[in-house]
Amino acid sequence: MQARLVAKDIACRRGERLLFRRLSFACEAGEAIHVVGANGVGKSSLIRILAGLLRPFAGAVERTGAAGLVDERLALDTNLALGQALAFWERIDGCRDPGRALELLQLEPLMDVPVRYLSTGQKKRAALARLLNRDCPIWLLDEPLNGLDSQAQTAFETLIARHCAAGGVAIAASHQPIALPAPAIIDLAEYAA
Amino acid sequence: MIAALLRRDLGLLVPGGRDGGGILPLLFFLAVAMLYPFAVGPDAQLLARTGGGVIWVAALLAAILPLEKLVAGDLEAGVFDQLHLRGISEEWAMASRLLAHWLAFAPLLLLATLPAAALLGLDADTTRTVLLGLLAGTPGLAAVGLAVAALTASLRGGAALAGLMVIPLAVPILIFGAGALGRPDPAALLLTAAISLGLCAVTPFIAGAALRAAREA
Repeated sequence: MQARLVAKDIACRRGERLLFRRLSFACEAGEAIHVVGANGVGKSSLIRILAGLLRPFAGAVERTGAAGLVDERLALDTNLALGQALAFWERIDGCRDPGRALELLQLEPLMDVPVRYLSTGQKKRAALARLLNRDCPIWLLDEPLNGLDSQAQTAFETLIARHCAAGGVAIAASHQPIALPAPAIIDLAEYAA
Repeated sequence: MIAALLRRDLGLLVPGGRDGGGILPLLFFLAVAMLYPFAVGPDAQLLARTGGGVIWVAALLAAILPLEKLVAGDLEAGVFDQLHLRGISEEWAMASRLLAHWLAFAPLLLLATLPAAALLGLDADTTRTVLLGLLAGTPGLAAVGLAVAALTASLRGGAALAGLMVIPLAVPILIFGAGALGRPDPAALLLTAAISLGLCAVTPFIAGAALRAAREA
């Protein structure tokens, strides 16, 4: 099954404000999109609409393939050691080889550290490890580079490139430059209502 | 998948679990049973006559204490979002949490009813009726608590509001559960069980819809 993500004429309303409208794109297997725009323009809302967590005010989203989300919310039990907290999602996802993601993101030395003691960048790496463990074709990334040091940024950009080369789809909302393989750039300011 | 979910929910809620505090409702329950004789005096007859009702009120109030950490923390952390993306609906997540909540709270409460009954000087028959009533009523209390916790999870000061909202909704359970004390036949117990079953059946849907609505807020 080819991964594919299509947005048809979507609009987003939060509260009384229309954030953006008439946004259409198609992201085919192997493609990546970088969503840019100022704070409050609706980048995070767009990612959540694409994930199916928010209903678009108008239009529709078509996903072929499962979507994985990394946003600012960690969804790991902060009182547990990182290894145990990740183990829950490994069981949910039926992941057989969690070691690979931990190695790629250099999380192995942190497995016994309670999640609440991790730094911002380490928490972000943990969230990315969960994404890798899940093996889903559509990656939805909301500020994925926030808090990562330059080494981890490069490592993750390589992972995105590999993911797209394998037929995956990646959509990243990021206010900082992010190296995506041949990205289409969507500037949400152009769709502001 | 559902087993993994239930395991995590139990780890979250069972006394001695990861967040601690699970034992507090139980201590609160026993404290009420202990304080009541001090307040009304050592009249054994009065205690025996009213003790069953006191245990019921204490159980209802103790059921309010764990509401705070039932839903709000996971909603804030985005756990339900990640589950949704994995095809686990909010309804399933809430059904699992309902079961975990009841298991974490009711069996120990039933156990604590024995020392509470002793403190109040209840006879064996009354104690048995109280135990059966609580067995029939606690699933309903757990269901009301979870539904209200989910409805108030995204509100500021939701925990205090949840406590207030549970009380009127739990009144039918209290009326029939405690009402069984004054009757020789099991009709009131059966009605309590029926109310509980009904509440348990609808709660995953109410709580699931509440979680989805919280996303749009």
